[in-house]
Amino acid sequence: MSALPIIGLWLGGWALNIWLARFDRPLTRGAVAAIFGLTVLLLWEMTVRIYQVPTIILPAPSQIIESLVQNRSLLLTDFVQTILRGALGGWVIGAAAAILAAIAIDRSPFLQKGLLPIGNFVAALPIVGIAPILVMWFGFDWHSKAAVVVVMVFFPILVNMVAGLRATDAMQRDLMASWATPYAASLWKMRLPAALPFLFNGLKITTTLALIGAIVAEFFGSPTKGMGFRISTAVGRLDLPLVWAEIVVAAIAGTCFYAIVALIERRATFWHPSQRINRG
Amino acid sequence: MTDGTLPMPAIRSFRLPLAKAAPVVTVLLVIVAIWYAAAIGMNARWERDQAARAGTQIAPSQLVLRTLSQDRPVLPAPHQVAVGLYDGIAGQKITSRRSLVWHAWVTLSATLAGFAIGTAAGSALAIGIVHSRSMDQSVMPWAVASQTVPILAIAPMVIVVLSSMGITGLLPKALIAAWLSFFPVLVGMVKGLRTPDAMQLDQMRSWNASRAHVFWFLRLPASLPYLFASLKVAIAAALVGTIVAELPAGATAGLGARLLSGSYYGQTVQIWAALFTAAALAATLVAVVARVERITLRKMGMQA
Repeated sequence: MSALPIIGLWLGGWALNIWLARFDRPLTRGAVAAIFGLTVLLLWEMTVRIYQVPTIILPAPSQIIESLVQNRSLLLTDFVQTILRGALGGWVIGAAAAILAAIAIDRSPFLQKGLLPIGNFVAALPIVGIAPILVMWFGFDWHSKAAVVVVMVFFPILVNMVAGLRATDAMQRDLMASWATPYAASLWKMRLPAALPFLFNGLKITTTLALIGAIVAEFFGSPTKGMGFRISTAVGRLDLPLVWAEIVVAAIAGTCFYAIVALIERRATFWHPSQRINRG
Repeated sequence: MTDGTLPMPAIRSFRLPLAKAAPVVTVLLVIVAIWYAAAIGMNARWERDQAARAGTQIAPSQLVLRTLSQDRPVLPAPHQVAVGLYDGIAGQKITSRRSLVWHAWVTLSATLAGFAIGTAAGSALAIGIVHSRSMDQSVMPWAVASQTVPILAIAPMVIVVLSSMGITGLLPKALIAAWLSFFPVLVGMVKGLRTPDAMQLDQMRSWNASRAHVFWFLRLPASLPYLFASLKVAIAAALVGTIVAELPAGATAGLGARLLSGSYYGQTVQIWAALFTAAALAATLVAVVARVERITLRKMGMQA
């Protein structure tokens, strides 16, 4: 009997979505996604309450929000430590290094042939594994986390940037040559703009990697703040609502990080076909 | 493939690798050289401290030799890692707890189980999404948004929670690996199943093909290149997921546990050996998927 409201809500949400999906407008599309998310949250809350699922296994969304509000200053220090210092700091350094390396590689076909297969290979490796080594080298504070992030984001961005710098076609290069353009000018005016869509692709992929690297590196040692530290200690104390609150913060931070990069991409590469379509 | 075209690839395969390999080998040699230099530089401080504490001077040549043979170096030299690898792989019984083969097998089994679950679930959901508009609009935005969430970071928590429910062993790790390989497969399959264009779909309709026919004879074959591309991402992600899932305290088996115990006890050679084993495992898994991809696509008449 107790399952009836759950099934009822599920069927209701489903029917509503099937009805809404028929219109297929931007507005209803958003509504359908929102209803789905809301239904899942409500079902979660109801299941936890009706079946009295222990908090240790799965806290209800209301408990998570409560913990989020209660521990907001704690969460803010963790956010600054892990996301702003570790992830963002490392991401900026790694991206800058990868872009410079890509421009250097681009001048030498030999380096291209030698480094690209290795770069592709390394991009598929479980690089998170270097976290213990870097924590040993750079200490427990955020420097070691930033170092892990630098290594994790370097190769995906490098591979994308090198591909981007080669994305000019022969006609454009010939035009530059016929104007006797010096290397610096052709790099600035032709190759870098042509590489931007590829670069942003790499930058977007690596936003998630940066967060993962910064959080996982904290499992190998950290000062007494940071999201990875908080997650592992809160799990130890079985304070699951706090763990989930950290996850919510990480999720929101990850989505915002990605969205900001995507927004900059739209501004910087407005001329690219993939962006023009978005503008309708 | 007709017989007439057979000699061509054979000739090509003799000539290309050398031209391709030379730059790669050069770069690799440079990396090894840098590595040795870094090992000497980073380990020298400890040797100098030791010498200063003993009140002796050490000659530069001896300093270099000693930095390359420390027990717990800051950065082990490549040959030390090689010895560690050889010792872990060939020097132990496979069933021994010190054997890297055994740890690699623990990691591999969970990775493959998770990869299978994740691929099956991702494909199933993709089929549902392609055939149901309401599912598409409900699930897809969340699936795409979830790619930006650092799911991997909560892996250790999932392990602890599941073990408090009495679920231990291979299954929790496989679940995390499955979760990580699920999304690449889902997104890739949805894209792949949608590649047939209106003309091809109309052609099927004019043959009065049922939905099942359209699926089996048009959508599924068309989706395979996309499926394989995402399978390569998925299997690498599954391996990373398994390794991170092996990190929480208490885990004693697997490459992740090897990394963690190495970092607790300062056994740097052990960390590097585990790291290289993981890298080799990842490369092998991706290569196997790529091989299956090439064979399958060639049999279907597509060029991989």
